Amino acid sequence: MLERLTHLLGIEDLTREQISFILDQSKPFQEFQRHPLKKLATLRGKTVALAFFEPSTRTRISFATAAARLGADTMNLQAESSSLKKGESLVDTVKTLEAMRPDGIVIRHSSSGAPYFVAERLGIPVVNAGDGTHEHPTQGLLDALTIRDRKGKLDGWNVTILGGILHSRVARSNIHLLSKFGAQFTLCGPAMWVPRELESLAPRIRRVPRIEEALDGADVIIVLRVQTERIHEPALAPEEYILRYQLTPERLRLARQDALVLHPGPMIRGLEIDPVVADGPQCGVLEQVTNGLAVRMALLYHLVGGAPVDAPHPAKEKSSAAD
Amino acid sequence: MLLIRNGRVLDPASRTDAALDVLLEGERIAKVGAGISTPDAEIFDAKGLIVAPGFIDLHCHLREPGQELSETIETGTRSAARGGFTAVCCMTNTQPVNDNASVTRGIVERAAAVGSVRVWPIGAASLGSKGEALAEIAAMKDAGIVAVSDDGKPVATARLMRQVMDYCRALDLPVIDHCEDPSLFAGGAMREGPTSARLGLKGIPAQSETICAGRDVEIAALTGARFHIAHMSTAGSLDYVRGAKKSGLRVTCEITPHHFTLTDEDVRYDTNYKMNPPLASRADREALIKGVTDGSVDAIATDHAPHHPASKDVEFDRAPFGIMGFETALALGLSELVHPGKIPLARLVELFTTGPARVLGIERKIAEREPADLTIFSTDHAWTYRAADSPSKSRNTPFDGRSFRGAPMATIVAGRIVFRRQAAASAS
Amino acid sequence: MRVVEKRQLLSAEEIGRTLQRLAHELVEKSGGTKDLALIGVRRRGVPLSQRLARIIRTSGGVEIPVGTLDITLYRDDLSTVAHQPVVQSNEIEFTVDNRDIVLVDDVLYTGRTVRAAMNGLFDLGRPRRIRLCVLIDRGHRELPVEATFVGNTVQTSDTEIVEVRLQEIDGEERVMLVDRVP
Repeated sequence: MLERLTHLLGIEDLTREQISFILDQSKPFQEFQRHPLKKLATLRGKTVALAFFEPSTRTRISFATAAARLGADTMNLQAESSSLKKGESLVDTVKTLEAMRPDGIVIRHSSSGAPYFVAERLGIPVVNAGDGTHEHPTQGLLDALTIRDRKGKLDGWNVTILGGILHSRVARSNIHLLSKFGAQFTLCGPAMWVPRELESLAPRIRRVPRIEEALDGADVIIVLRVQTERIHEPALAPEEYILRYQLTPERLRLARQDALVLHPGPMIRGLEIDPVVADGPQCGVLEQVTNGLAVRMALLYHLVGGAPVDAPHPAKEKSSAAD
Repeated sequence: MLLIRNGRVLDPASRTDAALDVLLEGERIAKVGAGISTPDAEIFDAKGLIVAPGFIDLHCHLREPGQELSETIETGTRSAARGGFTAVCCMTNTQPVNDNASVTRGIVERAAAVGSVRVWPIGAASLGSKGEALAEIAAMKDAGIVAVSDDGKPVATARLMRQVMDYCRALDLPVIDHCEDPSLFAGGAMREGPTSARLGLKGIPAQSETICAGRDVEIAALTGARFHIAHMSTAGSLDYVRGAKKSGLRVTCEITPHHFTLTDEDVRYDTNYKMNPPLASRADREALIKGVTDGSVDAIATDHAPHHPASKDVEFDRAPFGIMGFETALALGLSELVHPGKIPLARLVELFTTGPARVLGIERKIAEREPADLTIFSTDHAWTYRAADSPSKSRNTPFDGRSFRGAPMATIVAGRIVFRRQAAASAS
Repeated sequence: MRVVEKRQLLSAEEIGRTLQRLAHELVEKSGGTKDLALIGVRRRGVPLSQRLARIIRTSGGVEIPVGTLDITLYRDDLSTVAHQPVVQSNEIEFTVDNRDIVLVDDVLYTGRTVRAAMNGLFDLGRPRRIRLCVLIDRGHRELPVEATFVGNTVQTSDTEIVEVRLQEIDGEERVMLVDRVP
């Protein structure tokens, strides 16, 4: 029996079965993206609040499109125009939104744990679209779907993650998810961004200083973007990063022959990834985008659709003849 | 006159642990002995209870002047009394900072008027705690401060710390430092480690405290000053303290109940687990407890840090640091240290009485002519801590709803009972 | 609440004969099989549509394309169910544009499933014509829907359920009338 999902806050909280269920449910929505008419009435009359307290274009558009294709309306909150800048607390911002009675809320926030904070206080489903450096669960799911489709299964891969893993919520979600499917991880990046405590995130993780060693035997390579806007951190010169950590065609050849290259985006071509690799056949970036839409549609369908959790079951209102 | 009868008197200063009665007259202890009988004295039956010298808290925040939304001297001391404390040393980071005699006098007078327990203010080391110029320490000493600190932050530079220590040595005042390296601390929300990695919260390495503790011990060696480490939380800091004591330096330290009870593994997205110094690793906790057993740790101090509930009801990384602590201190000491047999009861009492007293350069004992300050407690009274019942204005505790065995039963300050536990919770 | 079997409506043999008849009607009344395609509505419309196509192939030598349609996302009662039903994919390898589609389902009842199926079809393209083929028509229409090809018409009451059991899905082959009893 699949325990009903009420929120999607983190992959860490999900079981293998729940993850497989979401991926399976994403398939009809993958197919849906090929329909000439991409509009359903399934969530007609429902409203999804998109509360993005951190700037985002791609993820926000993906969620907005997912909601629209399901027939739902969206309420849009963006950090620039948000009263959060004017000093309103998260509690009040969220309660204001709640007063307009959305049926679900998608939240991206710069504070790790913010979606849990919101979920504790609102009575509606909450979907985490990225919280601080904690998790980005829908990214983890769409990456898993891409891996499963391209490589035929999700279990037991050698996964190499390149970049500043300490600050990456995408990396954490990937690690939590794939470790539930028996993956082995190799982490490689500038040493101050790949500290020892990351090894405690999952059973089979190791850190490796040189990219050549990290790519040897890799089935899946996740390239993280270089975040130049980190505060409290001295910056690393781009030339240094390219020299030591860029995924070039030569380095990619060190991995398994059919290794899959993923990138959460947006890519900085020529920095963390060579354009030839980015445009090459092993790179699954465009499928990631399509799969993102499918995964988010599946999630919104299951979390936001249906009667409110405490509504009486319609059958119970009929006569005793009802099931 | 108040006669405390049938209790077990535990007085570390005289190494007394016996069934004795204590007679209080006015604000002083009149007599200590077996079977005292005084016809017209009010009787307090301490059967089954421990009678200890009045507990002293070396470190707390009463938020007055300037932050009365979070706590006042009145509400804070009522909470302290519920915790069995008869005297509390309030820290300097009020608004304005307690860096001159008039603020000090204000605190002292306010405490005399509305305080439930004795309030011994600590004065700032630098003006405004800005880390630039020395505060008006001598004037504050005349006004009643018992120590000097820039708590909330470390004393800014080695050079300033040297000046402060030199100056305070001459005034015979201890210097208390909140040991922290700002560049390593920067933006951190909890101890750096596997839990911070998992939760995606910026971590603060243990070295942030240890580096500064080392610096301060070196300067204490240079100056010969009395130096005390506030809310010590790492094994590294404790090593410096041990080394300093061995060299004969007048270096002391305190630990908080939450640091010997919880670790960073307990942290979750709940701001009641956010304080500074942050909850440390298991290894640090074990080291601190070892320091308690081998005598390197001098005192338990609560670092009671109240915050208006709305200010803690925010995202973890935006929340202010600090939890309340008066009312759970003794119970945690009993449950974490005494009941499991790690230390004898007498040692726990030292940590609340003679230890803090020694840091302040005073005495704390149950003897004739001493101040009539007593903490009467039970080691087995079963109760559940409910933050909502606290007279404090804050509710920021990770121990809400926790059941304990052992509690303060009565607190006596200057001969008056300022707290008495009712059979059914609450009331002071 | 339990179900009580009342009587058998069709035996395995009768199902087989009915499908034979329907298959022939389909070909006769379609004015040519050039653009004809069958689309089975999940679940039990699927094996039925495949069997019809097989009969048409064996007896007439004509290959009619068959597809599968999942109508979950097009149901009109989704906002009232406590748990969202599991969605499945369509499997339609051919284009729906300009096709002469025959929707195949096991039972025609209120007509809401058929309405949902039509919505699903229109999202895929623009068929030239849509007709409906069902094994059982049990009446009680709530929408103006009619079936062109009907295996059997049965009178039923509100509390009764027509259960079509097919080998491919249920491991047995018959049509039962069952009743819901409190």
